[in-house]
Amino acid sequence: MTNTLEAAYAIWLREIKRFLKSKSRMVGSGGQPLIWLSIIGVGLGSAFALKVGTGIPFLTYMAPGVVGMTLLFSSIFAGVNVIWDRQFGFLKEILVAPVSRLSIVLGKVAGSSTISVLTALLILVVVIAIGVLPLSDLSVLGVLAALLFMVLISSTFVAMGLIIAALINNIESFQVLINFLVMPMFLLSGALFPISGALPVWLDALSHIDPLFYAIDGMRGSLIHFSTYPVLLDAGVALAFAAIFIGAAFVLFKRIQGTR
Amino acid sequence: MKGNAIEVSKLFKRFGNVKAVDGISFNVKEGEIFGFLGPNGAGKTTTISMITTILTPTSGTIKVYGTDVTHEKDAARRLIGIVFQDPSLDDELTGWENLDFHARLYGVKENKREIIENVLKLVGLEDSAKRQVKTYSGGMKRRLEIARGFIHKPKILFLDEPTLGLDPQTRRKIWDYVTRLNKEEGLTIMLTTHYLDEADMLCDRIAIIDHGKIIKTGTSDELKRSLGGDVVRVGVEKKKELIRAVKGKPFIKKVKESDDGVEITASDGSKVIPIITKIADSKGITITYATIKRPSLEDVFIRLTGRNIREEGADSTTAWRRMGMRARR
Repeated sequence: MTNTLEAAYAIWLREIKRFLKSKSRMVGSGGQPLIWLSIIGVGLGSAFALKVGTGIPFLTYMAPGVVGMTLLFSSIFAGVNVIWDRQFGFLKEILVAPVSRLSIVLGKVAGSSTISVLTALLILVVVIAIGVLPLSDLSVLGVLAALLFMVLISSTFVAMGLIIAALINNIESFQVLINFLVMPMFLLSGALFPISGALPVWLDALSHIDPLFYAIDGMRGSLIHFSTYPVLLDAGVALAFAAIFIGAAFVLFKRIQGTR
Repeated sequence: MKGNAIEVSKLFKRFGNVKAVDGISFNVKEGEIFGFLGPNGAGKTTTISMITTILTPTSGTIKVYGTDVTHEKDAARRLIGIVFQDPSLDDELTGWENLDFHARLYGVKENKREIIENVLKLVGLEDSAKRQVKTYSGGMKRRLEIARGFIHKPKILFLDEPTLGLDPQTRRKIWDYVTRLNKEEGLTIMLTTHYLDEADMLCDRIAIIDHGKIIKTGTSDELKRSLGGDVVRVGVEKKKELIRAVKGKPFIKKVKESDDGVEITASDGSKVIPIITKIADSKGITITYATIKRPSLEDVFIRLTGRNIREEGADSTTAWRRMGMRARR
């Protein structure tokens, strides 16, 4: 057990070191959501003068969504990045080590989640600072709950990225993956617009199997007290998703073999 | 008496319909440098991948120091160090960080600093340790990987084509490190190569592998001797007389005429030359010159496989095999 944790720590440490060395990644992972918030948020908000539910301004509604989006994109790509480790051979170095495959998955999930969550927290601070998220709405408990949802989102999607990387092994499939998986998950999650009542039944059904949907709903509930489902229910479902995806990644990594 | 470091028995690996490794059995003795020599696509890397737990065999058993590799993966992994054919370093990290990562993965805690410093010194990289690996040359990367493979004090080190794509000077250095690890640290080493000189220079014993099968195993000398021995050429006018005089004498296996003299096949050419000169003297035959040609591993390879080791893709099965491998990536 101690060995599992130590190996996971080694993999976590490598993720952190790599991130700190890559300045473009640091700028990119923080910059993208801010661009979304300013262009889409401000643009759509003013175009439709949208008010949600009990008169919540659109930008305020969208802020937790943008935090969720940050987590979704950075986490799933961090997970899929294992493909590069495979391409460049580094994965073999990990696979021949006498460590449990669980520690490989846990280390990878922990490392990438740490980076994603820190970036997302930065976004959260920015949206609070510019007044999009009114400070008066926030409570210590709410922020802590939001933090929990952030961890769950990133763990789920790092694991999903690992699963994808274990299943497909060429980088060319990558674009297809973004178009058919990541973008729909993002758009159906309620990050940009409220789902309930707004969509035809089949789309509504799809959004209810979207792992991101519950976590964003829960985060919104914790931060601005507006959610479709009770926050505890959201937390339960998000936790279940995280456990299922991490478990599946573990199973697949047990079977994974070297490049040939 | 020393035991076996590796025992491989009836090992098969199929990729679809392609038999990459076709029922091989061999042993590697403790403390030796054992070489797998064969052309590209012969099944060398596939075999090493199975011994090092990266691939699961289709059938057969592999034991490393008595540990069954397929059933006790982690125990086997602890015993082995590997230097892969393709680089497997994290380019973004420094040399030191790569080694540190490895030490953590293998649970090396005691004297970690000294161990890392020592292996760096061993391969002459102590001054480059703080640089990112992406600034390293190909030879430096390979040396770092050799150093890394040794950090957790494995009992056996695998080197898959250790000098592939390196310049002659760097190759010599790598050979030097490999020999030192073997002699000074007592490490058992198994390597694959398609360079004949490398196998000849480094290996205590060599297995020649082609089309997934081991064709012959032995020391470099044994393999060469299996061709019949050295060829001694003697320059002489009275060819027929000399042939008659030396036929049936000790060490001499075959005698035939050549353009300007006589060609003698003998198990040991250097011992045969004095005998021949003595006989020639006693018969009043003048010898103008004598040369010995030892058969090379190349000759052995050609004799055993019917082709040159460097004729890549010369036959269609090899090409197919390689395509089959690529399709699996």
